[in-house]
Amino acid sequence: MNSEAGIQKDQAIPQPDGKGHFGVYGGSFIAETLMDPVAELQQAYERYRLDNEFITEFEWELKNFVGRPNPLYHARRWSDELGGAQIWLKREDLNHTGAHKINNTVGQALLARRMGKKRIIAETGAGQHGVATATVCARWGMECIVYMGAEDIVRQAPNVFRMKLLGAKVVPVESGSRTLKDALNEAMRDWVGNVDDTFYIIGTAAGPHPYPTMVRDFNSVIGREIKEQSIEHTGRLPDAVIACVGGGSNAIGAFHPFLEDKEVALYGIEAGGDGVETGRHAAPLTAGRPGVLHGNRTYLMEDDAGQIIETHSVSAGLDYPGVGPEHAWLKDIGRVIYDAATDTEALEATHTLCRLEGIIPALESAHALAHAVKLAPTLSKEHNLVVNLSGRGDKDINTLATLEGITL
Amino acid sequence: MHTAGNRHRIAESFAKDPERTLLVPYITAGDPDLDTSLALMHTMVEAGADIIELGVPFSDPMADGPVIQLACERALAVGTRLVDVIDLVARFRESNHDTPVVLMGYMNPLERLGYAEFADRAAQAGVDGVLTVDLPPEEGRELGAELERTGLDAIYLLSPTTPDARLQAVAERASGYLYYVSLKGVTGAAKLDTCEVATRVKHIKTLAKLPVAVGFGIRDAESAATVSATADAVVVGSVLVSLVGEHGADREAAKAAVGEVIRSMREAMDA
Repeated sequence: MNSEAGIQKDQAIPQPDGKGHFGVYGGSFIAETLMDPVAELQQAYERYRLDNEFITEFEWELKNFVGRPNPLYHARRWSDELGGAQIWLKREDLNHTGAHKINNTVGQALLARRMGKKRIIAETGAGQHGVATATVCARWGMECIVYMGAEDIVRQAPNVFRMKLLGAKVVPVESGSRTLKDALNEAMRDWVGNVDDTFYIIGTAAGPHPYPTMVRDFNSVIGREIKEQSIEHTGRLPDAVIACVGGGSNAIGAFHPFLEDKEVALYGIEAGGDGVETGRHAAPLTAGRPGVLHGNRTYLMEDDAGQIIETHSVSAGLDYPGVGPEHAWLKDIGRVIYDAATDTEALEATHTLCRLEGIIPALESAHALAHAVKLAPTLSKEHNLVVNLSGRGDKDINTLATLEGITL
Repeated sequence: MHTAGNRHRIAESFAKDPERTLLVPYITAGDPDLDTSLALMHTMVEAGADIIELGVPFSDPMADGPVIQLACERALAVGTRLVDVIDLVARFRESNHDTPVVLMGYMNPLERLGYAEFADRAAQAGVDGVLTVDLPPEEGRELGAELERTGLDAIYLLSPTTPDARLQAVAERASGYLYYVSLKGVTGAAKLDTCEVATRVKHIKTLAKLPVAVGFGIRDAESAATVSATADAVVVGSVLVSLVGEHGADREAAKAAVGEVIRSMREAMDA
């Protein structure tokens, strides 16, 4: 469906600049040893993002391997129960591997192949990006090493086993808070030591330039499909698009094609954990401040000495103290409204969607659903809200069961 | 505020005897506490340190191996902040006026304190140079301006992957010395090819005027001596930090162990 679109169709706003800056955010804050491999990646991406053969192959894979386009589904019963706007679900959960993450790993794997890199490394939090990376490595016969916080390995055991089934080596990370940020540190360390043959597939729209742009571009198929499908179903663009934001890859993919359509409100929903007021959350845009981490300047969760602090969220995939730099910029210019949903609100939304629509959402995506619960009743039945259902919840059944005191 | 950092101790140290390779030990400040760090700084000078690199602990030390990661965790566990590290240098300067001190760390604590305030405080305390691992010169213009204003040297890394054009550009923005990362890897990695290092250092010296220090992967007197044949300075870190980790609770034992390694390296380098 996107044959003439290219990956970069929606680049009307000239962001980022040539060095990967979105306003004051982004950039390349990395150790010297990585400067050259990152420059090599920048050059390769600049070349292939406009290369017709690359774009055609990427789109072929999205259609035939990932299963795109996935539906924009009208959640009628849920809309009726909320008694306001119509809610539409963008079904990224129906992609191969069960989340939006595969869009980006297919793109980066195709790039790695063209760059002649045979060893792939990745970090993962909830395990969705790890599974998506292991999947493309199996698909193209590449070695795959996934770094995962020891804490997350416990929380996301089914995904760990999936990665192993797919032939990946999963390396537990015991340093720091033993979650996603530490996995990212460890993957960076691996890359520093193996720059010649290794391609680092970052799973979120953060990291040094060109990652935030590249991850956004590969995921922008989400927003482009929402546009086309919205017009197909309702004859116009939606009134709002809502997506959850951890690092922010699904959200930036859903939002980016709409940035110039000012009549479409955009909502990025962070993990409010126990409540933003408690300090136990993972909502840097809502309650953090700008700093430098993992190769880019962005909003961070930090203490008053500039040390990164531990985050708290029921969803491993949102449990990250930073956020993609484009989100930081979109917050500052006011184009996207960022807010947070608590663990409790996300869990309630999860159960509601299971009960009313027969869909088990990922706990990450449930944060976006929770915002729709707040927003829809304030709008009339003629309004259309799109919620990006970024992943399915099968991976979370152990977490959900434990919360109910059930051992599976 | 005007500052006292204008003595250029680093340049003085390299100028003293151009034939002598300087020895630059690194420890993480606040590991296991600031008083031990202060004692170790003096011990290292007595044992033959020419410049001290003082690590500023950070929660996410992406370019460091497990030894320095753990040191950061120990230092942060006792609440060591960037301002405490600067105060540590001021305490060191109460009795040492000549040994240059370089702060080595990551950007975010500096971002939080503010570049201008950081530079003023550091220069006032008697810091001589600043090396931020995750700040390539391309992103370092603002901090670089503050360091220059306050007379602090901006020390940048070069690596085995740095191309020549970039090497020259980095050298133009750097002062004090250039820090050549001698291997593709994190601190403390153990696969140093000393022949390769010698070739690279000679090459760097054809392109840049500043002295070249070599670090990452120097673990013993032998590798220090080999590297010192071509380098202007030899940096040793993880080996000392692991000794501090081992003996941390016993300050005298830590001082003895660290002093011994530095003395043996100095002897081998002078032999």
